[in-house]
Amino acid sequence: MRKHWRIATLGALGAAAMMLAGLGEAMAQNEQFLPRLTYRTGPYAPNGVPFANGYADYLNLLNERDGGVNGVRLTFEECETGYDTARGVECYDRLKGKGPTGAAVVDPLSTGITFALTEKAPGDKIPLITMGYGRSESQDGSVFGWNFPLLGTYWAAADIIMNYVAQKEGGYAKLKGKKISLVYHDSPYGKEPIPLLEELAKRHGFTFAALPVTHPGVEQKATWLQIRQNRPDYVLLWGWGVMNSTSIKEAAAVNYPRNKMIGVWWSGAEPDVTPAGDGSKGYLAANLHAVGDQFGVHRDIYKIVYDKGKGAAKKEEVGHVLYNRGLVNAFLATEAMRKGQARFGNKPLTGEQMRWSLENLEVTATRIKEAGFEGLVYPMKLSCQDHMGSARARIQQWDGSKWSFVSDWIEADRKLLDPMVAAAAKKYAAEKKITPRDCSKEM
Amino acid sequence: MGFFVEVLFGGFLAGVLYALVALGFVLIFKASGVFNFAQGAMVLFAALSLVRLMEWMPIPVALLVSVAIMIVFALVVERLVLRPLVNQEGIILFMATIGVSYFLDGFGQTVWGSEVYTLDLGLPKEPVIILESLFEGGVLVNKFDLVAAVIAGVLVTVLAIFFQKTRIGRALRAVADDHQAAQSVGIPLRDIWVIVWSTSGIVALVAGIVWGSALGVQFSISLVALKALPVLILGGFTSVPGAIIGGLIIGAGEKLAEVYIGPTFGGGIENWFAYMLALLFLLVRPQGLFGERIIERV
Repeated sequence: MRKHWRIATLGALGAAAMMLAGLGEAMAQNEQFLPRLTYRTGPYAPNGVPFANGYADYLNLLNERDGGVNGVRLTFEECETGYDTARGVECYDRLKGKGPTGAAVVDPLSTGITFALTEKAPGDKIPLITMGYGRSESQDGSVFGWNFPLLGTYWAAADIIMNYVAQKEGGYAKLKGKKISLVYHDSPYGKEPIPLLEELAKRHGFTFAALPVTHPGVEQKATWLQIRQNRPDYVLLWGWGVMNSTSIKEAAAVNYPRNKMIGVWWSGAEPDVTPAGDGSKGYLAANLHAVGDQFGVHRDIYKIVYDKGKGAAKKEEVGHVLYNRGLVNAFLATEAMRKGQARFGNKPLTGEQMRWSLENLEVTATRIKEAGFEGLVYPMKLSCQDHMGSARARIQQWDGSKWSFVSDWIEADRKLLDPMVAAAAKKYAAEKKITPRDCSKEM
Repeated sequence: MGFFVEVLFGGFLAGVLYALVALGFVLIFKASGVFNFAQGAMVLFAALSLVRLMEWMPIPVALLVSVAIMIVFALVVERLVLRPLVNQEGIILFMATIGVSYFLDGFGQTVWGSEVYTLDLGLPKEPVIILESLFEGGVLVNKFDLVAAVIAGVLVTVLAIFFQKTRIGRALRAVADDHQAAQSVGIPLRDIWVIVWSTSGIVALVAGIVWGSALGVQFSISLVALKALPVLILGGFTSVPGAIIGGLIIGAGEKLAEVYIGPTFGGGIENWFAYMLALLFLLVRPQGLFGERIIERV
């Protein structure tokens, strides 16, 4: 009798275990996996951490508040790249196959890693979202079918900043004879704006000088002594990590006016200005989105994520520049998922489905308001040909304790950008033997 | 001419900052024959400890606790790394310090965080113009660099006296020459190692304060150790004054090269130029400017 009981108990336990396993598997089948290439250690960690936190908090918000996206829960795993290209590629290879459909989208947060993955992504059919970074010509979706430099490329950034400079000076005609210097991180990232700035210098008659700073950028004395000697009218800063704060400190050390220094959107966050203290006052930088935690999405994040103790960042860092950038990045990726689910059904998407979703993504003002991002981002629309969507930014200024906007949204000149992008993309296609897609046939 | 002097002066002052890090390497090499790859990580760890402790306690107390932390670190290294490897080849000890370096980098960031921490000890940072009567527009120098130069000068003087004039200093040099011989005459090897790693830890703390004040305390200050390597090659691994002179030559050489030769190569040459300069010196004087000449009987 006892033996029968034991068998029955074991049987029941086995059945329960199988049911739980099946349930777990079914749940896992309804999860969208997002690999997260992050850097929370190393020389670029002060910039990598807030971005990763913003991204994670938005995914957690959707899971906690809405049960994911249309019932599909979002899962993610972080892999530490240390901003190192080799480690970034290793992370990509390790995570690309995870989840029921594999990685549907990857955000490398490094131009170097993006350059490397641009070669691999088409084979793996995984879109790369490179919001505000990556190769400038990857805006051309007919050649770079898997790259999505959403909201702006470095060429767009350089043009936007120069538009601001022209506005300040009273028009492009007034730039003739002026001196513009670029202090840049000596890497693919830092070199990106040079062709665009050279083109603008040719068109508008200003003198352009490019001054490289070697990784990680802790030693810039010689660079800034040259600036002190040449006295350029404006200095554009294209740095990352410690290079930014060092540049601002060195500018203060040679008395170069900080309100004549304009950083790209990767050179205008709190970790860039706080180490220089009062020396940062007046420093300018472009930004792709607004700063602060006064938006609807932040209210939800505080209430639903932080009040439950599930926040990734320190509460006082919510709303910082790079935190918001991570948030916006996650927002656009998940909006693309919604678009894809409307076509392919409410289930996890594959990389190919995600590419379709991105190429057909339109983030309208209504949707932005509904999602709590009103005032934080600008509406955008992507297409098979245009993988950037929007090329607008605002210029912000640091007053010693906070950023404030000193310009409205400034748009890059697409008439200048598009032919340069097309020529560079064509050259890339010829080098890599890529046959460009005919976007008119892909609807 | 004024600009040349400005670059030269700026280079000298940058060189002093490199020398501060190089001193830590020299101390351990001089006293134990170990090339301590972890020196950069020690600079970061010491500065991180100080800046985070300053959030909880007054600056003098935080300084004392940081010194204590570096002494505890020296004890742990001696017990767990050096003692098991006593009388091993130098290259094995060097490899062990690579391990210590990676551990300390990760441990420091795990315990203290990996953000940028502002270290403000009230050091002056304003630029000043000097020699206006000699050169048009004068020569610009940063007060902070001048303070760093004074700190380095004091540190070198104290260390030179410590090595030359004290009993412990002589014992340190004896251990450096031959572990076994030093032990045979009763010099306690373990104590000596703890003393030298502690001293090096304190030097790392001073370097961390100076670099941390300049850059903010963050991971990148561990990379300034790379700037100390050409200084060591040039100045010699065993000479305290050599670290200073090497620092001055490397600092001035790389800045002048960046400004006057750099534009020909598209700029950004100062990092590799420092190593090239050091290599050129090596060809002429392999032991470095002030290094001890090794003569072996064959």
